[in-house]
Amino acid sequence: MTKEENAGDAGDEDLLVRRIKNGTVIDHINGGEALNVVKILGITGSTTESLSIATNVVSGHMGKKDIVKLSNRELSKEEVNRIALISPRATINIIRNFKVYRKKGVEIPTLIEGSVRCPNPGCITNTNEPIKSRFTVLPNGLRCLYCDSVITKDLTSHII
Amino acid sequence: MPGGVATQHIISIGDFNRNEIDQLLDHARQIDENQYDKFALQGKILAVLFFEPSTRTRMSFESAMARLGGASISVSNVEACSIAKGETLADTIRVVSGYADAIVIRHPKEGAARLAAEFAHVPVINAGDGAGQHPSQTLLDLYTIRQSMPIDGIDVALVGDLRYGRTAHSLASALSLYGVRLHTISPKGLELPASLVTHLSEKGMEIIEHEDINEIIGKVDVLYVTRIQRERFPDSTSYFNVASSYRITPELLIGARKHLIVLHPLPRVDEIDPRVDALSHARYFEQSGNGVPVRMAMLLRVMK
Repeated sequence: MTKEENAGDAGDEDLLVRRIKNGTVIDHINGGEALNVVKILGITGSTTESLSIATNVVSGHMGKKDIVKLSNRELSKEEVNRIALISPRATINIIRNFKVYRKKGVEIPTLIEGSVRCPNPGCITNTNEPIKSRFTVLPNGLRCLYCDSVITKDLTSHII
Repeated sequence: MPGGVATQHIISIGDFNRNEIDQLLDHARQIDENQYDKFALQGKILAVLFFEPSTRTRMSFESAMARLGGASISVSNVEACSIAKGETLADTIRVVSGYADAIVIRHPKEGAARLAAEFAHVPVINAGDGAGQHPSQTLLDLYTIRQSMPIDGIDVALVGDLRYGRTAHSLASALSLYGVRLHTISPKGLELPASLVTHLSEKGMEIIEHEDINEIIGKVDVLYVTRIQRERFPDSTSYFNVASSYRITPELLIGARKHLIVLHPLPRVDEIDPRVDALSHARYFEQSGNGVPVRMAMLLRVMK
């Protein structure tokens, strides 16, 4: 499956975000959530990826949306799932040689492993034990599989 | 032992369905009536790993194992054990799995028993992890209620520290399987956690919060009292003021239903007036004694 343009590049958006040669375009992020998506991906000021962000771009069916373009990095399934937690309508476009090589929506997983820290300081996952945090996904949040603590709001602050 | 049939653990009362709980309680009753094989666990070894002090739970597990013909091994001093030297719980569990046929664990961290179950090659029974789960206490609480009345559809009042009291959380979850109406009476700041209330309400449980025990004393079948810990309060005066208003006395029980039973996971401090001990309502010492047949049924469930 190929497409001549990178997703999210239609019309005036070209002025905001340049096309990338290889990498990932995350489109249809809920308006205002792009920086949290970047946080979820673990991209900090000290990483080497080339990154473009557009926030609150006018979108036909979403009203406003954010776009993140990440050069030379293709997202893994685990990373895609993390995005679904804060932006379930996001689409992931893998770009190779300026063309959309693969496009897919994100799926809210049933289990989140290793990417969210349990807010309970007394939880065994917040120790030096050789385990990853694990959460089951509820309709309104996440439940720690070890201590049953529930996260219902401000999920991004718990991302590892 | 490793391989073959999946190892059976008892970690949380939430892992049981109604049918499984009823079966275990039926089995405990048979044991209580002396209908059991006294050599059922002969040759088996139970490792008792308690990283927190406990009198009742530990002794009743050891007693249960002895009554079934098995033996127990334990660490007498946690300070001196390998955990104190920095070993992870995961490693301790892997090692102890090689010494015993089952492990009973109590640990200060929530979720410790579930971690133990992931690393053990033998069944793990949770005997309390932090403010988390305490399934053997819940099973004996249910057993004690069932000795007096069918559990279905009754009114149960939970009184005291419902925020940090793990026995209250586990019991509330289990009672939701029986269509019980739950009444809660607790000091400000020590209410049942909102997430648990939401979870149980979604399962269809009716939960009613009250300010004063007197409001409901004539309307409930079970009064489940938990200890209000002094360290939860800024000073001893505010503790005594709060604690005295949640104290169960013979005068309070005058307005109670004749068949009402008073339960307490023990140890009690000031929550129940010693004069209540002589009343027909008092069942907390029977409740404590029920720990042995219930834990025998649990040991048989995981080791047979």
